[in-house]
Amino acid sequence: MAGDSVRLSKNLLRMKFMQRGLDAETKKQLEEDEKRIISDEHWYLDLPELKAKENLIIEEKSLVPCEDLFYGRLSFRGFNPGVEKLMALLNPKDEKEEEEDDVSHMQTDVTDEEMALRYESLVGTLKKKFAKKRERATMDEDDVNQNIVEKNSKKAFLKPQD
Amino acid sequence: MFSIVKERVGQILLPGDEFCCGPQDTLPLTDSGRPERLVAGPGLRRSGDRLLVSRSGVLRHKEPNKFWIESQQRRYVPAKGETVIGIVTAKSGDVFKVDYGGSEQASLSYLAFEGATKRNRPNVQVGDLVFAQFVVANKDMEPELVCIDGSGRANGMGVFGAAGLLIKVSLGLVRRLLVPHSDLRADLEQLFPCELVVGMNGRIWVRAASVQQTLILANLLQSCDTMTAPQRQQLFRRIQLGALQD
Repeated sequence: MAGDSVRLSKNLLRMKFMQRGLDAETKKQLEEDEKRIISDEHWYLDLPELKAKENLIIEEKSLVPCEDLFYGRLSFRGFNPGVEKLMALLNPKDEKEEEEDDVSHMQTDVTDEEMALRYESLVGTLKKKFAKKRERATMDEDDVNQNIVEKNSKKAFLKPQD
Repeated sequence: MFSIVKERVGQILLPGDEFCCGPQDTLPLTDSGRPERLVAGPGLRRSGDRLLVSRSGVLRHKEPNKFWIESQQRRYVPAKGETVIGIVTAKSGDVFKVDYGGSEQASLSYLAFEGATKRNRPNVQVGDLVFAQFVVANKDMEPELVCIDGSGRANGMGVFGAAGLLIKVSLGLVRRLLVPHSDLRADLEQLFPCELVVGMNGRIWVRAASVQQTLILANLLQSCDTMTAPQRQQLFRRIQLGALQD
């Protein structure tokens, strides 16, 4: 069958079922040939290595970072309180102004600590509202830290003893 | 290089002036031992190793390494990251065309507003004023605006302008209004309660409690442009007295 008359093509010879009969050496040869073909196809520049010059000059097209300009929305004398808050947030802070701001904030706003205290008690009261009657009875016996002593509030069925 | 440039701070420079630096000049005695970078602001351009002046004006310096040319102009050239006031001129598909006073119109996508989705479109009509920032602004591409910042929050940007007046001023006045320690802002604080939106393209929108006060404010800002500091303070004092009389 495989006489001189039939010449098998390269691709056919490269297929898996044809390679099973080959020796290890021939296999390695074929692999190396293929790798060489692939690496020849990769292009590379035949130039000496150029060192990338570190650029010491950075171009900046906008004036805003150069002069630290303020945010575009301004409000004077409390005309628009939303904008005044934005101004306080987004503008670069002055050291002198910060101390004065602290005093005024304490008087008008509710501080974070007060809010936290308020929420602690709020959660407890709302929870009581939606609790069932039996649970409410057990809840009242808890101490301040909500350390619930484990007991079976649900009474299981006790089979009567004969 | 720094020293050469620092010498000329405060002097008037013309386009074509250049500062050359050789490799040995760029190693000032800093603590870290690394060469310092020089930030070339508006008016200065880099060409290879040289620093070129491209606008005529006064050279200014800010610590530690920022230099720029200060000059007068009214025509705005868009720069990335700047906030401007734009007027919506057309609505084409999913994009608004906004006029900011430049050579071409900028595009503003309808998804670039806070809380906007494909179903939930922002309420923007033709003729509205928008306060937006540039996200693409170079000489090769069409400028693009957005009304949100990197994290998706509006931060005061978006449609505004229910009642108020829009005026056009020079870019120098805008800079004087927004500079950190500004006399102009301190004077305005003394006048009457008012609100301003200042766009870097030379447009200012003003609003005050009454129509008369709004008009006074608009005229004041227009004329402040070309006044020296004492003249301006005189004008402000006159208005303050006038306001007390009302």
